Amino acid sequence: MSEFKSGSLTARNIHLAFGSNKVLRGIDLHVPRGTTASVIGPSGSGKSTLLRVMNRLIEPDAGDILLDERSVLADNPDELRRRIGMVFQQFNLFPHKTVADNVALALNKLRKLPKDQARAKALEQLDMVGLKHKADARPGNLSGGQQQRVAIARALAMEPEVMFFDEATSALDPELVKGILALMTDLSKGGMTMVVVTHEMGFCRNVSDTVTFMDGGVVVETGPPDELFSAPKTERLKGFLSDVL
Amino acid sequence: MDALQQLLKTFFDWQAMGGVIPQMLTVGLPNTLILAVSSAVLGCILGLVLAVMGISRNPIPRWIARIYTDIFRGLPAILTILLIGLGFGPVIRILTGSTNPFPLGIAALTLMAAAYIGEIFRSGIQSVDRGQLEASRALGFSYTSSMILVVIPQGIRRVLPALVNQLIALIKDSSLIYLLGLLSSQREIFRIGNDAAANTGNLSPLVAAGVLYLVLTIPLTHLVNFMDKRMREGKRAKIEPDEVAAVVGKGA
Repeated sequence: MSEFKSGSLTARNIHLAFGSNKVLRGIDLHVPRGTTASVIGPSGSGKSTLLRVMNRLIEPDAGDILLDERSVLADNPDELRRRIGMVFQQFNLFPHKTVADNVALALNKLRKLPKDQARAKALEQLDMVGLKHKADARPGNLSGGQQQRVAIARALAMEPEVMFFDEATSALDPELVKGILALMTDLSKGGMTMVVVTHEMGFCRNVSDTVTFMDGGVVVETGPPDELFSAPKTERLKGFLSDVL
Repeated sequence: MDALQQLLKTFFDWQAMGGVIPQMLTVGLPNTLILAVSSAVLGCILGLVLAVMGISRNPIPRWIARIYTDIFRGLPAILTILLIGLGFGPVIRILTGSTNPFPLGIAALTLMAAAYIGEIFRSGIQSVDRGQLEASRALGFSYTSSMILVVIPQGIRRVLPALVNQLIALIKDSSLIYLLGLLSSQREIFRIGNDAAANTGNLSPLVAAGVLYLVLTIPLTHLVNFMDKRMREGKRAKIEPDEVAAVVGKGA
């Protein structure tokens, strides 16, 4: 699985405030092509907001975002988002469309593939996540794990250069988490550039190339997982790790 | 016994009813349906526009929708119909030469229905989880495309029962159009019943009109209940275990 046309992603000195609430205060993040960056931190630390700023669902107040070393802030944000896939905690599948249509919608409307070709590609993508046989079911009739697989297939169908995972396993029953993590591991090994906001420390340690610890809207520590987990430098990371491990 | 006979004759004079029913079915029923259905369709279109304006991030369309809704939801139907029908009647006659009160009657009903339907659509659209818009935008759809393809279809589905209620209200309110003056062939169910009642001095034709209204509205009421129940309980969904995950879980 190395058919991904991955790109590198860089965030430089990102600032964002909602009113007087400074959510991001000068975030730097560099994710080289084909690598997986995990972002950890207590809730409210700005991790999910950072993802939304990097695909410009929320526009930053200051800073720069680079995809393949090129700033994308001047681009049309809709076109930027077609290059970045995103998977959500709550799956966010479209309940009024079938599983296949969920995957085919953007292919047909945005990639302008004819309906039959969009469906064929959607089925291919669903096959990859093991759910081709559910193509004509409604999302509401699938388990959480199956829904998240469809959401991943939907994002991958657009052939993104980077994939974002926003606590993709947090809403799943414990027995379904492993399946999704296994799928994410496959993607990572296959050379997809990934930014993974997660509480799954096992995944951080074993799969990701770098781990970034955020707290209070800043990056407190960043580095290879071995370093961060075995020798945290700051008290804040030590405290966080002792809370979650 | 005399009093009972009197009551029965007043309300259930079969002969008076029988006389008016053919006209009620061939003239009144189609006219009532034309008034109610066309103003429902137009009201839905205008209502959707109002709903989208009402949730706009731009305050100007939001305020326009707000003011419109406050006015047309707050006025009695009879007053709106008279003001629109009588006020614009002469203008229409000068412009088109037509004295048909139907277009203005439909316009008045539409303006009122749109105020309610707009609020129904708005609440439906706003009840759609924010994650739907976010997911659609994350795929690369614009705000407008996301609303059209993802958010609005879900919002409308949720408020279908309320829309059917609105159609019931329109069927009933269409009876007020008689105030604009109807030719014999333009009369709707109520007017035919009312005319016959006035001519015979007997209320049975009005009872017949009432029965015909109920024949139209009661099935719709039950359709609403059915839709409500269906939405609350959903089609019985069979959730299968996540086979793949289960296998992975077991192995590890």
